[in-house]
Amino acid sequence: MESKLTNEQVLEALRAQFATAIGEEEQTIDNYLTVYINSKNVHEIVDWLYKHPEFKIQFLTNITGVHYPENEKGKELMVVYHLHSLQNNFRIRLKAFLPIENPVIDSIVDIYSAANWIERETYDFYGIIFNNHPNLKRILNQDSMDYFPLRKEYHVEDATRQDKDDRFFGR
Amino acid sequence: MSEDLEKSKIKNEGVLERTFSTETMDGQIATLNLGPTHPATHGIFQNILKVDGEKILSAEPTVGYIHRAFEKMAERKSFQQITTLTDRLNYCSSPLNNIGWQMTVEKLCGIEIPKRVQYMRVIIMELARIADHLICNSVIGVDTGGLTGFTWMFIERERIYDMYEQICGTRLTTNIGRIGGFERDLNDKFHALIQDFLNTFLKRFEEYNALLDRNRIFMDRTIGVGKISAERALSYGFVGPNLRATGIDYDVRVHSPYCSYEDFDFDIPVGTEGDTYDRFQVRQEEVRQSIRIIKQAYENLPKEGVYHADTPLFYLPPKENVYNTIEGMINHFKQVYGEMPYPVGEVYHSIEGGNGELGYYLISDGGRSPYRLQFRRPCFIYYQAYPEMIKGQVLSDAVITLSSLNVIAGELDA
Repeated sequence: MESKLTNEQVLEALRAQFATAIGEEEQTIDNYLTVYINSKNVHEIVDWLYKHPEFKIQFLTNITGVHYPENEKGKELMVVYHLHSLQNNFRIRLKAFLPIENPVIDSIVDIYSAANWIERETYDFYGIIFNNHPNLKRILNQDSMDYFPLRKEYHVEDATRQDKDDRFFGR
Repeated sequence: MSEDLEKSKIKNEGVLERTFSTETMDGQIATLNLGPTHPATHGIFQNILKVDGEKILSAEPTVGYIHRAFEKMAERKSFQQITTLTDRLNYCSSPLNNIGWQMTVEKLCGIEIPKRVQYMRVIIMELARIADHLICNSVIGVDTGGLTGFTWMFIERERIYDMYEQICGTRLTTNIGRIGGFERDLNDKFHALIQDFLNTFLKRFEEYNALLDRNRIFMDRTIGVGKISAERALSYGFVGPNLRATGIDYDVRVHSPYCSYEDFDFDIPVGTEGDTYDRFQVRQEEVRQSIRIIKQAYENLPKEGVYHADTPLFYLPPKENVYNTIEGMINHFKQVYGEMPYPVGEVYHSIEGGNGELGYYLISDGGRSPYRLQFRRPCFIYYQAYPEMIKGQVLSDAVITLSSLNVIAGELDA
């Protein structure tokens, strides 16, 4: 099934509506529309895409966090939203940067019920706080855990180990 | 109360009180732990239920009992090694997960897969889908009191596992195929097995279908049970057979075809009510459609030919080259140590898994392992609708709702 929307069309509409909140477009290998957005406008943008009469982007594929410790200050954490329009067979990926000291972003549970557990998982793994979430607590790990395990400073193996240093393996 | 009964009651004084509960449904609310280990839940699921008598007022699922941090482990493992992690997501249909992951890496690296390999993959993926649906549907039968169909269909599942064994040597956690194709060609035993399977399976399957399809008891137990509307299902991110049972015809194989699914002629069954019975029927029909796809793929599959893509950079060389030539050995080592030029970038690839859209979001920084890999696990996303679906129903209905959703603990917790 061919997509009825083009990347340019959706991007232009987004820019026209939100102007400065929409950042750069990222080129991807599989031509998946990827847009950087301002983290303060996430709820607004997702809601607008949901209610748009033509785009009908009304399916939440996934939400995830990514940690970039090397990034400039204020952009260490990233939240990635994958949204999908089943009617138009169109997918869009929204990315928002957050500072690691205060990673707060608006929840979209009121738009997508599915966001509930996914946001809890993102909180569990990266410590990203979702405003207005009904029940923001850990989901896969135990409540007593006092760190966020998918951040890059926590290694899978003992960090002091020298024999498996990435430098020797092509990194 | 008749006199006789009155007499017997006096005679057995005390016995009745000890044997039968005197509790009534008078609005007293009890808290009940269903799980984490409970014979009726197939896997480790805990639900803290608030019940009034047998009626469920609310449920709170607890997940994470078998969380193994696959996404963290994937950041340390090389691309080939991650296939073994995906085995353990939905372990009822491991080949689907394996091949989905391999296709993600191929998308990242821009590897083109020959037609024959794509058809081989389609055959194996559809076999895995049949195995997955057979387990789900026969377990619904068990939970409604019919063990016969379950044992019957496990014979068929066993035959599918025998076929896996011929391709990859293992049965449950298959680790089937490699990035770029397969590590060996289909052998004669496999051809014999699949021909036999295609000839006999549907007949036995229809016998099983006749056990439950129009069975009065089964229908009474499942119709209207665990119902969800199409709107709520979409909001909860339902995919696969569970979404199609509500009437929405979203199937990744048709929506965004991969692996040459556009070459095959098959139907997407949809339900109307979104209840347990519809989910059962959708899965039953999908099994028949899968057989249809396998037949088409198998007929058009060239008997001889390539079984992997021509990508020496990403496909492990044959072992005789590794042991006998220096080039083969260098190639092998470079791949295992991850010195191959993996592109920098990110891809999202999704396939129609046993439970619907199974997605892989891969961010690569060019290293030997992913910078970030996230699995879109359908079970994890739609299981959160479970409390809403069983609210107001009785305990035994909650059990069949759980099995008809086909929630697999491995996929739920990753």
